[in-house]
This record gives sequence, C-alpha cells and structure tokens, in this order.
Amino acid sequence: MTDVPHNLSVRDFAACFNNNTPWYFTGLELVVMQKIISIKKGLNIPLEGEAEKISVSALLAESYALNPSDFYGLTPKLLVKEGDKVLAGTPLFYDKEQPKILFTAPVSGEVIEIKRGEKRKLLSVVILPDKENRHVEFRKGNPVQFTTDEIINQLLESGIWPVIRQRPYSVIADPGSPPKAIFISAFDTNPLAPDYDFIVHGHGEEFQVGIDALAKIVSGKVHLNIPHGSTPSKVFTKTTGAQINFFSGPHPAGNVGVQINHIDPINKGEKVWYLSAQHVLTIGRLFLEGRYNSSKLIALTGPSVKNRKYFKIFSGACIRNLPELDRSSFEVRFISGNALTGHTVTPGGWIGFYDDQLTLVPEGDRQEFMGWMMPGFDKFSFSKTFFSSLLPGKKYKLDTNTHGEDRPFVVTGQYEDVFPMDIYPQHLIKAILIKDLELMENLGIYEVDPEDFALCEFACTSKMNLQKIVREGLDYVRKECG
Amino acid sequence: MKFIRDILDKIKPDFEKGGKFEKFWPAYNAFDVFLFTPAETTQTGSHIRDAVDLKRTMSVVILALMPCLFFGMWNTGYQHFRVTGVETGLWENFFFGLIKIFPIIVVSYVSGLTVEFIFAIKRGHPVNEGFLVTGMLIPLVMPVTIPLWMVAVATVFAVILGKEAFGGTGMNVLNPALLARAFIFFAYPAQISGEVWNDLTLGEGQKIINGYSGATSMAVLDYDYHNLPPLNDLITGTIQGSIGETSKIAIAIGALILLVTGIGSWRIMLSMFIGGLAMGFFFNNIAPAGNPAHPMNLPAYYHWLIGGFAFGAVFMATDPVTAAQTNTGKYIYGFLIGVFAVILRVVNPAYPEGVMLAILFFNVFAPLIDHYVIQSNISRRVKRWNSTDR
Repeated sequence: MTDVPHNLSVRDFAACFNNNTPWYFTGLELVVMQKIISIKKGLNIPLEGEAEKISVSALLAESYALNPSDFYGLTPKLLVKEGDKVLAGTPLFYDKEQPKILFTAPVSGEVIEIKRGEKRKLLSVVILPDKENRHVEFRKGNPVQFTTDEIINQLLESGIWPVIRQRPYSVIADPGSPPKAIFISAFDTNPLAPDYDFIVHGHGEEFQVGIDALAKIVSGKVHLNIPHGSTPSKVFTKTTGAQINFFSGPHPAGNVGVQINHIDPINKGEKVWYLSAQHVLTIGRLFLEGRYNSSKLIALTGPSVKNRKYFKIFSGACIRNLPELDRSSFEVRFISGNALTGHTVTPGGWIGFYDDQLTLVPEGDRQEFMGWMMPGFDKFSFSKTFFSSLLPGKKYKLDTNTHGEDRPFVVTGQYEDVFPMDIYPQHLIKAILIKDLELMENLGIYEVDPEDFALCEFACTSKMNLQKIVREGLDYVRKECG
Repeated sequence: MKFIRDILDKIKPDFEKGGKFEKFWPAYNAFDVFLFTPAETTQTGSHIRDAVDLKRTMSVVILALMPCLFFGMWNTGYQHFRVTGVETGLWENFFFGLIKIFPIIVVSYVSGLTVEFIFAIKRGHPVNEGFLVTGMLIPLVMPVTIPLWMVAVATVFAVILGKEAFGGTGMNVLNPALLARAFIFFAYPAQISGEVWNDLTLGEGQKIINGYSGATSMAVLDYDYHNLPPLNDLITGTIQGSIGETSKIAIAIGALILLVTGIGSWRIMLSMFIGGLAMGFFFNNIAPAGNPAHPMNLPAYYHWLIGGFAFGAVFMATDPVTAAQTNTGKYIYGFLIGVFAVILRVVNPAYPEGVMLAILFFNVFAPLIDHYVIQSNISRRVKRWNSTDR
C-alpha cells in the first residue's frame, strides 16, 4: 500500500482525527493521506464489444417486470393481481421472512401478467406502462433532517431498500441488524462493464444525498472505493461523509468482495452491506424528488450487438427493442449483467434489478476438428498455451463454448493467480464439496461470494462450475449457522 | 473432416443411453472429443470460458518432452555405435534409437490406455487425459534395454495401483510414471541397474571395444567422481542413462516450454535446483579430509547435471497432482526433493541415483506440507476473528 495526497472537505477533517488518518497542510489546503490498495493478481478479459460513451434515452419500453429470482433467497408474497393499476412505488410483493421489505413498481401502469412457474412459484410481475409515469409521494428533504428510523422506513416503503445487500450470502440487507460498514464499489472491472464515472456524470447532488442517507443508517463507515490511476469522476472524489479508498489493478479489483477483503475483512458473525454506485443515485433521488425514480443507465455491450451505447431506462425494462443484433453468423445469448456473473434472459425478457449492463455474446454450440491441437491465434486463454498470448491487446469474440469437458482437479495454482485474497480458493472449494462446515469457515467462506470465483471459473482447466459450488456452500453454511 | 464427423454421428446412437453399446459410451466419447472439441455450451456460472482444457495442457507437456525424446533416440544410436566402433551419421544414430524406443512407447501407451479405458467404461466416467503424459514419461525414464513385457507390467501396475485405486486422474498420491519405474527398480533390479544403459545388440561383424562398461555414467560417483564424463558431455547429453534424462539442453528447452506456457511450476523447479545445490555445498563442507575421491567432494552444481536430477525437476516433481498444491508448499516441496535427492546420491553407497525415490517420498509428504501451509492461513484468520470484539 502506498499513500497519495487527496484534498478533503472540512467535514472529513474531523473524521481524520477520529480515524487516525495521517494528514498535513500544504498552503491553504488540508491534505490527507489516502489508502491505495494495489491488486496484483487477476485478469482483464479482453472481450470485444465495449459500449461507446453515448447515452440514448429509451425510457418507454413495451413492458416492465420485477422478478423475485433477482433477489437471492427471497420468498415473495404477492400484493397485486392482474389488472391492478399501480404507480411507481406501489408495492407488488413483499418478503415473507421480512414483511417490511417491499418490492415496488418501477413505473406506473397496469399489472398485465403475473407469471408463475412450477408449483406456482412466482416468476415475474409484468407491468404495462402508462405514459404519464405517476408516482407514490414520499417525504422530500435532506436526509440530515431525518432520523435513522425515518430514513430506513422511507427506503423500505418506497421499495428501494432491496438495493442494499449483505455479505456474506449476498441477500437483501436486514434492516433490523445493522452492519459493521457499507461498501460501494464505484467501478466495475468485469468484462465490458459500464463506466460508473460516465453513469454518475452530472449527478453529484443525488450521489451526495444518497451517501448522506447511507451514512446515517450505519454507525460504521461508508467506504467508497474508486479506481486509482485514471482520473475518477469528481462526483466520487468530492463526496463527503464516506471514506474514499483507491484501488488499482486488474479484475477483480472492482469486485466489492475483494475490496472488503482488503479493507475490513468479514469475520465470522459479522456482516457488511453493499450497493452499486448507480443505486446510490436512486436513494439520493428518493430524498431529493420524494419518489421512487428507478431510471438508470445501462451499457449495451458484447460482440453480437451493433448499437453499443448506454441506454437510459427504468429498472426492469423489457430489452426486446434495445439491441440491434449482429446477425451475421450465430445464435446469440442475451445476458443481463456481465459475461462472468450475469444471468441468461430471453430476447423478450427484462433487465435484472441489480444489473447495469446487457451483454450479447454468440452461442458456442459448434464442434471444431482437433480444436485442442490448433495453434489458436484467435483463442483467448489466461494460460499462455495458445499463440494468442503473443498478441497482447487483442480483443476476442468469445462465445459460450466451454472449450473442454468437466474433469477432476489436476492443475494447481491457477485459481490463486486470479484470486487476490488471502484465501486458498481451491482448498475452500474442496471443503465445500465435502461439506466440512468448520473447514469452510476456517478457510474464509464468509469472505467470499460466488462472483469472486467467476474469474477462477473462467480460467479453470477442469471446467468446474465454481460459482454454483460456492453458492451451494454459502447456502449450506447459512442453513447450519443462520 | 466432414466425413469423419458423419461416421461418428452415424454410430453415436449405438453408444448413447438405450443403444446396444451403451456401456462403451466413455470409449466412444473419448474418440469423439479427441477428434472434435465438443459443442457443449455453458449452462451455469460464467458464460464465457478460457480456451484451455486438460487436453491442451497435456499436449503442451508432451510437446515439451519431444526434445528429450528425439535426443534420446539419437543418443541411443550414438552410444551404440560409439562402443561398436562404427562410424555413423546423425540419421543412422537417430533411426537406430527410433527402432529401439518406438516399441517401448507403443507398449507403454497401449497397456496404460487399455487400463484407463476399462476403468472408464466400468465406472462410466469420461477417459481422462492424464495418461497421455504418463505414457510418454514412462519410456523416457527407462533404460533402452528394458524388456517390453516389463514395461507393460510396470505400466499396468502403476495405472491400477498408483492411480485408479485412488479414483483416477487427479486423485493419485504418487507420480504414476515414477511409480512404474520404481516398480521395476524393486521387482526386477537387474533390468534397471548395472550395465543396462546401452543397447549392445551387435550387428554382423561388430564387436564391443575394449574396456567398455554399459553402466550408467553416474556409476562412478560412489568410487571416484573424477571419472564422471566431462562437463560438455553432461550438458549435451552424449552419455549413458535413461532414454530422456541425459541431455540438459533438451531438458532446458522442455523447461522453457513449460515455463513460458505457465504449465510447469517455476516454484518447484527453482526450489528443487536450489535444494540440490544447497545440499551439495553442505556436503562439500563436511567432506572427509584426505579422501578427495569421496562423492561429498563433488562440486555442487554437478548434481544438476548428472543422473535424472534435471529431468526429475522439470517433468516429474512438477506434476501438479502429486506435488504440493499451495504456492508456499511448492517451494518447500521442491527444496526438500532437491536436498534428499543429493543425500541419497551421496550417502547411499549401493546405488548412485536418488532423484526418483526423493520425488516419490515427497509425493507422499506433499499433502502434509500443504496442511501446515493452510493451517497457518487458518490460524491467521482465527486470530483476526478473536481480535475483533463482536
């Protein structure tokens, strides 16, 4: 870790004394030493298809949906029926375990369909939008004038609360059990990830108000993690009331789990909350505008799409009319989120609640003659076993082929090279596979999340589905230990 | 290619569930995925995946072994004609070796893969690629005079008891190729020690030059190390020894391939070389005075160049399944192999080489080394838990 000077406001001046942060004066400005955390291990996957930094308004989609499956571990209880008229902010369903946690309509309109799956499992509540987009009124005002309970209640009632999630387990935060800290990653290093500097540009006030609200609901710190090396948006660097940490290095430096691990790792029995930078804006707007304004920018990315731009949408928008497909060759997979951790959606599906990105990649259901023997100038690998490793900087049209079959563990050290935490990933995976609870705890299962293993899964020679294994491990721990 | 695909597609239903050869699915599948990388797509987790798989990894190792194999073929001929006093060129030497060594390779692969296929069919799991490398390593650590039936018996033994008994590829404790060699070493010592390191089958009118010994170039170590072959020969590999182990240049090329591609662990290679050197220096310092021929006096760097040290460090100790798996563990594991290989060489008067046994020994201890490395990670974490007040 090294230190860089960073200019701070008077408000953080006081915080410096409390935190024992080193500081000094230069001329008229107070300069405080900030932490830079340098991540060495990892990999930026050179997938082709980054979004241009142009924002296009696409606010009126053909439908909007809220899908309970976006919220891990949720048992929803429905509050509306088909034909009901709703406003933006009208509750659609709630959490059976925590009835205070409401899930509300992102836009106003009519509930046109309630999709159910096997055993009548609730899949989606679909809304046909009206053009006015009327909303439920909430109290306007600076969060500083609210009490902690008032802020929490306003977030719960407006249906914005679920933007805050908890580690371990990545479930919706429990409003009754405060965390030791809140973490916001203001950058994403996943393949073709949206640029949060671009997303928050011009929204400094909303961001600051959002941070103010968050700072009031926790006694611990609010950590805002921004990239070092580039010139991060002033929206982030001028934020007050949060501790700013700088991170440098390849993916997964932008993963909040990695950041937590380097700043304040989760010990057994502890929890932290986290949310995306874009959702901080949503919280800010709740207090500034007094309504649930679910608008957000999403990046349309990937090798199979032509109009790669940022689209301004409301949360849960149908994606049908967004992408212009590059239909030149193959079938396309639509991924809500990024290519490492996102989930597959149908071409007429809806963008996920937590996703700020839509990625379209070609399906890879093709055989190749002696593919494993080819020189492979067009095959990307972390392992340097293909000639493509002689072509640095090249971008690849990666598809969904597994490039091999499931095998037992053979290669070692591969996960470690892309896993920048003080944890033995392969041994943790083995502990999960044999369901050894104590060993899982000892090897750090509380500090990890499936997404932290996405890069290991990408690089795995034995083609193991590690995110699934980690998810099962966390479920097991949660069931046994609560 | 289309026509091969058509044949495979035509017979495929017979091997699928309900087909008449349903049981042989693993065998069919092994051929199919060997010829055509499967059209399988990601169903869960990361949507895109790295291009590398076990086939690619293993073929890189085989590629890295090729310099050793080709040099070994040439050297077999060279050593043969050297002692029979026949003037020969590059290709005559090479073809002599090719004819001698090719059958050993075939026997190794056929016997080993037969066992692999039987177990795959019996257990209904896909045929794993692990044996592709083992099957090449076994011939390279044999003397050229090894009887073929012995290769077959040793290979079958190593694959069944060394690997399949533990659950197959990825589950074995001992390096299967070294286990095959150790099997012959203990079961048929006469065929793998003594004067076996040169093929002396004589052609018409040939005879062996006077005073020649077919012993390994290392045999003199225990009597007077000054009689070791000159440094140049040790490096280029024009000496007698196991087929693949003699040329340090060929091994260096292989090591380079493994290191550049990231397949071989540089940690193990480096620490094993350092371990050997350190022990060599240690012996230099405690060598008995007044006995300049004693092997303890051997200059430490010679340990890198004689016997199977380099080959073992590059191709055997680095086997990821049987080595230590943690990065810290790899340093310890490699270092200890280096140290013990030199101890066995110098202290054991009965047999001049110790690399094989040192590697097998630490194959067994690798999990223990990892255990302690991981325990220190665990105690660090538990300490952190206890230091925070909850």
